[in-house]
Amino acid sequence: MSAVLDQHGHAAPHGEHRGHPSGVMRWITTTNHKDIGTLYLWFSFIMFMVGGVMALVIRTELFSPGLQWVDPDFFNQMTTMHGLIMVFGAIMPAFVGFANWQIPLMIGAPDMAFARMNNWSFWILPFAGALLIIAFFVPGGAPGVGWTMYAPLTVQMGIGMDLTIFAVHLLGMSSIMGSINIITTILNMRAPGMTLLRMPLFVWTWLITAYLLVAAMPVLAGAVTMTLTDRHFGTTFFNAAGGGDPVLYQHIFWFFGHPEVYIIALPAFGVISQVIPAFSRKPLFGYASMVYATSAIAILSFIVWAHHMYTVGMPVQGQLFFMYVTTLIAVPTGVKVFNWAATMWKGSLTFETPMLFAIGFLFLFTLGGFTGLVLSIAAVDIQLHDTYYVVAHFHYVMVAGALFSAFAGVYFWLPKWTGRMYDETLGKIHFWLTMIFFNVTFFVQHFAGLAGMPRRIPDYPLMFETWNRISSIGAWGFGLSQLLFLYVVLKAISSGAKAPEKPWEGADSLEWTHLPTPVPHHTWETQPVLH
Amino acid sequence: MQRSSARSAATWAVALLGAAYGGLALGLEWNLQPAVTKIASDIHGLHEYVMIVVTVIFVVVFGFMFWSCYAHRKSKGHKAEQFHENTTVEVIWTVIPALILVVIAWPATRVVVAQKDASTPDLTIKVTGYQWRWGYDYIKGEGEGISFISTLTTPREQIEGRAPKGEHYLLEVDNEMVVPQGRKVRVLTTAADVIHSWWVPAFGVKQDAMPGFIRDLHFRAEKTGVYRGQCAELCGKEHGFMPIVVRVVTQDEYSKWVGERKKAMAAAADDPTRQYTFEQLKSRGEKVYAAHCAACHQASGKGTPPAFPPLDGSKVVTGPKEAPLAVVLKGRPNTAMVAFGRQLNDVEVAAVVTFARNNWGNQTGDLVQPAEVQAARR
Repeated sequence: MSAVLDQHGHAAPHGEHRGHPSGVMRWITTTNHKDIGTLYLWFSFIMFMVGGVMALVIRTELFSPGLQWVDPDFFNQMTTMHGLIMVFGAIMPAFVGFANWQIPLMIGAPDMAFARMNNWSFWILPFAGALLIIAFFVPGGAPGVGWTMYAPLTVQMGIGMDLTIFAVHLLGMSSIMGSINIITTILNMRAPGMTLLRMPLFVWTWLITAYLLVAAMPVLAGAVTMTLTDRHFGTTFFNAAGGGDPVLYQHIFWFFGHPEVYIIALPAFGVISQVIPAFSRKPLFGYASMVYATSAIAILSFIVWAHHMYTVGMPVQGQLFFMYVTTLIAVPTGVKVFNWAATMWKGSLTFETPMLFAIGFLFLFTLGGFTGLVLSIAAVDIQLHDTYYVVAHFHYVMVAGALFSAFAGVYFWLPKWTGRMYDETLGKIHFWLTMIFFNVTFFVQHFAGLAGMPRRIPDYPLMFETWNRISSIGAWGFGLSQLLFLYVVLKAISSGAKAPEKPWEGADSLEWTHLPTPVPHHTWETQPVLH
Repeated sequence: MQRSSARSAATWAVALLGAAYGGLALGLEWNLQPAVTKIASDIHGLHEYVMIVVTVIFVVVFGFMFWSCYAHRKSKGHKAEQFHENTTVEVIWTVIPALILVVIAWPATRVVVAQKDASTPDLTIKVTGYQWRWGYDYIKGEGEGISFISTLTTPREQIEGRAPKGEHYLLEVDNEMVVPQGRKVRVLTTAADVIHSWWVPAFGVKQDAMPGFIRDLHFRAEKTGVYRGQCAELCGKEHGFMPIVVRVVTQDEYSKWVGERKKAMAAAADDPTRQYTFEQLKSRGEKVYAAHCAACHQASGKGTPPAFPPLDGSKVVTGPKEAPLAVVLKGRPNTAMVAFGRQLNDVEVAAVVTFARNNWGNQTGDLVQPAEVQAARR
């Protein structure tokens, strides 16, 4: 954004925390968007570690054919909880953390619109996370049904299933409150002159994402509530014997589930759209078309859900409709990729860690997009549905997409948030380890899937052994590399070199151009005016 | 200097990895299994076609990007230009992908329509998914009336690593589904408990089996041989252990198999009106137990509580006969204990209940006759 201000740097650092509690109470009672953003980010990192340990249990069991470490029941619990915790506990809160930190800074607002509700949206999360963990310690253990929680398998589970359902309810409440806050903040609290089409793209992607969340989360809540009443109160929504239909669950779940994919991906697109121009020293190419493409993706995401269900036995018209609209998503997504590449074209590129992660994102996310195109072809998907090909596909868009983008964002904004630089060499090592081990882990899974390995199995025929060996080695490398990330961040916070006022030459949104580094606890008490 | 050496080290690492992948791929299964039906070979063709299209696009787009990374670096003194819009280019790269999609969608539509055309089959077989085995009922065409349950035969010792694994580890069953070569087979799928998915990769067919509903798929196998697949929908604890094995034989061999199978069925048919001795029931029950119960309740009868309770010392098992009979026949709602009433006949139920009541520490000393099972079914 080439926003022009009439005055500079006038967010004077007023007295920090005037009379506010300190210590633990500061964090429990905080209504400051920066504190809450920090809480979200740390919470998501902890959940990322918990979900990551589960992934390592899965990959360790799959290192060799046969049952070595865990029994099949526990294995199913691991796949279920790994998915739920990564999606709802790690990735989504990470981007809400970015939203909390960045949206007010980027649009010139002093804080989020509903500061107290903001506190609530965060503090619901640890309880939801705790319910998910407690599920392991109740009779019957955590549910072993997959993160998609398909009926009627859910009816066979113990009370761990009920705890999970309540956790999903809480997570949904948190997300909806957070989204309402984000929408209200963006629509009502922009600085004078910050018109919608001058907002940084990160803000745009979050505005659209927040609408997706408000529309999709209640649908999920409905689906799990119906599961709950089927389990305990004699309803038969998903039971044919009582006039229900198990496929109904899948329709409802995926009506939430597909927008959910973009709820995760769009904020990631937003971060990348800030990072790439900054390190190309060149404005984002096709800003307006980026906004339109993002909106188009969001709208399409509500009419493609049944492409997750090509094997349930839809009529041919259904297969064709969902195939056509699904392939259509490639058009706006392609526009975004072309725009990013064109932003780099004839720029003046440097390759600090955020840029490396952004390029890694671009490369691998596009690869995941292409396997998505392969899967969108209903005829081919019949072969690949519920195989490791699908596992590889969605890890390319979720890990190399969302996670890489989150790393790019952390490295990019950490100097602004803390006033300290991270260790560039270690950051680059973190990138390369992550990049290499990610591909070692997941690229081979395409082959296993093509050759016919189903997903969610604790043991497998001998012909898949080599792929699984490679994948498991990669997974351990990937997991351990993330400890380096923790070290880099802690080192930066505790003893990093002092960050210059403007660490990134090409960064041009308000927080870089008009706020001191590190940002004071309260910013934009007087709103800037853009001309 | 240090930076460039780090970069070249990274380049080497990537190149080595690529070579390693390439080398491995030569000797390994890395593509779709060889096609045995028209549909499967159509899927192969479609997959290759889409892969070629996306690979070309990928190379072009990232060719540009990496050229940019190489040529437009600040360290080489490249100055950033400030253009940020070009309507012509933007229209072109919106329209061309849309056209490419049409070119992909056209052949894809043909295959989808063909996949869904299950009309005029020569043979119709109903496949029922159970936790965790498949039931096959030949319901129309040659072989009508044949019915059997197909269960994994890989021994637990191999799974648990106490014996070397066989060639068809996890892909072998006691009763294979047999179909004639070159005939159109329609498979109706359904399930008794939760959703399963019947999948034979070489045929290019996969169809979820929905409890309470009938769905269908069809195939015409062009080559004889044995084709193996696995359940593709998470269906609980033993999801990874319910393979599908289809033997495709010539028409003559098929007719012969039908004859033998029918004779064998007649000979082996259990007679529920007969009175069995304690020893007969107990030894039969041990086999039924191993095939249907041991996966959860364990050979030791100790189960894996709390999900799968022990039978050894259980008050239900050793109490009045009616209770264990009801559990076996009707299952326990809302738990993993499914109803076995449709999978097991009266003799098998009588045998397995007798076995459980008189094995491990359980010593009721009595036996259950098939006639009592018949009564309990009502």
